[in-house]
Amino acid sequence: MEQVIELVNLTKQYGEFKAVDNLSLSIQKGEVFGLLGPNGAGKSTTILMMLGLTEPSSGSVKVCGLDATKQPVEVKRKVGYLPEDVGFYDELSGFENLLFTARLNGQSDKLAYGKTSELLNKVGLGPHAEKKVSKYSRGMRQRLGLADVLVKDPEVIILDEPTLGIDPKGVKELLELIVRLSKEKGLTVLLSSHHLHQVQQICTRVGLFVSGKLIASGDVESLSSQLISKHPFLIEARVGGIQEEVDNDKLKEKLNLVPGVKEINLLAEGLLHIGCSMDRTSEIAQAIVASGAQLTHLSKKTYGLDDIYQRYFENTTSHEVHQSS
Amino acid sequence: MIFINVTLKILHPMKFINQAKMYMSGMSIPSLTLPNTKATTKAEKLSTKVPHPFWVIVNKEVVDHIRSWRLVILVAIITIACAGSLITGLMHFKDSISANDPEGSFFFLKLFSASGSGLPSFVVFISFLGPLLGIGLGFDAINSEQTRGTMARVLSQPIYRDQWINAKFTGGLLVISVLFTGLTLIFMSIGILKIGIPPTPEEFLRILIFTFVTICYVGFWLNLSILFSVKFKQAATSALCTIAVWLFFTVFYGIIVNFIANATAPGQFASPDQIIRYQQFITNLMRIVPSQLYSDATTTLLMPSVRSLGPLTSEQVVGTVPSPLPLGQSLLLVWAQLTGLILATVSCFALAYYSFMRREVRSR
Repeated sequence: MEQVIELVNLTKQYGEFKAVDNLSLSIQKGEVFGLLGPNGAGKSTTILMMLGLTEPSSGSVKVCGLDATKQPVEVKRKVGYLPEDVGFYDELSGFENLLFTARLNGQSDKLAYGKTSELLNKVGLGPHAEKKVSKYSRGMRQRLGLADVLVKDPEVIILDEPTLGIDPKGVKELLELIVRLSKEKGLTVLLSSHHLHQVQQICTRVGLFVSGKLIASGDVESLSSQLISKHPFLIEARVGGIQEEVDNDKLKEKLNLVPGVKEINLLAEGLLHIGCSMDRTSEIAQAIVASGAQLTHLSKKTYGLDDIYQRYFENTTSHEVHQSS
Repeated sequence: MIFINVTLKILHPMKFINQAKMYMSGMSIPSLTLPNTKATTKAEKLSTKVPHPFWVIVNKEVVDHIRSWRLVILVAIITIACAGSLITGLMHFKDSISANDPEGSFFFLKLFSASGSGLPSFVVFISFLGPLLGIGLGFDAINSEQTRGTMARVLSQPIYRDQWINAKFTGGLLVISVLFTGLTLIFMSIGILKIGIPPTPEEFLRILIFTFVTICYVGFWLNLSILFSVKFKQAATSALCTIAVWLFFTVFYGIIVNFIANATAPGQFASPDQIIRYQQFITNLMRIVPSQLYSDATTTLLMPSVRSLGPLTSEQVVGTVPSPLPLGQSLLLVWAQLTGLILATVSCFALAYYSFMRREVRSR
């Protein structure tokens, strides 16, 4: 696989503060990579360094085989960038805004006119092309931004918080559009967000980014096993009819006999978390019933990015509290 | 080539505006909504020339300026003021010519410096309103792009960062140059029509150089406001700051210099040497102000009989022929003022350039 973006030991320091801390990351051609993290994690700074708009303090950035710090113009020819909270010239129409971008990319008028109208139709803004951008809604602006990124025929597109401030329906449409267009043109997509479930839907791989560090990367499933639990499957069971300590022990004993069960935690009165190496839901149900307890609820827990995220921040906050006390 | 194109276009304002509108929007719309034969013929007319990004930005800047209400209002004020001064100049033209005037052969130039009926001359109007125009064109050059969020988007296009600020400067200067050249030429042509006597080649050259000095002077204020627009995040702050600088120089600086002059005035029995030194000190203090440099330069250019901008001793004047200076000598006299103005303009731009290049590009 060809590596389109390659970051090696990238660091950006503002005085004492390290915005990006020794980051190494590579993204392959055709991937949809999600850069996830809370606000101020250094996502935007990393993106700016990829475009040569900010100089790294140390380390190197290679995009499409070019050094972004030394050859920013060549890199910017190949990379489309949609900034966070993108702005357009309000007094111009959407069409004129795109035309300006096309001209800046050295496209002749003949080429630019055709491409601009084609792209506007593609992102569904065809009927609004001559409207001034000041009359556009937030979602329309974002779609115009996407068209603006595609005008230069990029190899890579970098979208910084593309879904910010759009309603759920708009988000869905926009993300579908991104996926469709990137497949159509064989693009590599890097997308930053702090909305986990949105990114989860479309990314082939995600990286979790916290206070300048990439703490984990991979697809959502491998991330959950990296970050959350030692066991790939977790089963939550609620049981009734247990009164005595003996019953609890008996239940645990029975459950331990089920092959694949690795850990049993009694979280609250009658609430059990059972970690297993494989899917053993039915066997566990049988074991609980056989032990004489009443099974009221049984569910297989799967972790989404939200849980991963929350779990991670639970850890960091407890960590911080620990440090400060 | 493009430079000439743009200037030519602006000389016919209506034509240019129409063309600009067509260029920016009109032509495209039919091809979007009605994909029929009419659209294809229009599309065939489009050029296949690859534009240079620098000129693309200059083009946009000029179009933006021309379409903005700000420029329309400023130009209207300047035009009205100049028309007023032209009318008074023409009315009092008879009085300003006398038979034994050493500047007798330069009476066309009088039109520019003539004042009367309470209205100041063309030159004074320009030295007062020119800065406002420069400030109006530049005060939000960079920071408005930042607040609109367009800066990150434009700079992520394949252009060098300095191309952007250079183009902003070039666009503003182009508008100023065309405006003042046009205004002076119109002023002159109405003068010719009314007086009936064309200017001599030397007068014409003097007027051209005067226009150049005016462009430099307004260019200084343009650059100062661009510098502030890089430095301050809010357009309002940078506008207020530039206007504060302008007010300080036009109103308060003179008062301060007066104070200093009164405080350091030599006694009644001071030697002539001391008095000359004192005079020179005060003149030099005044020359820190760009408008002083401008008025020095324009006075010398438009009144060929001016032989010195400082004090002259009677020994120096003895034996002089009361005739106007040739153009070369006048130019020599104001060379320092001219270079001073250009230096101020360039150093402002250099500062703006430096701080813009070092600045971090962030979205909003």
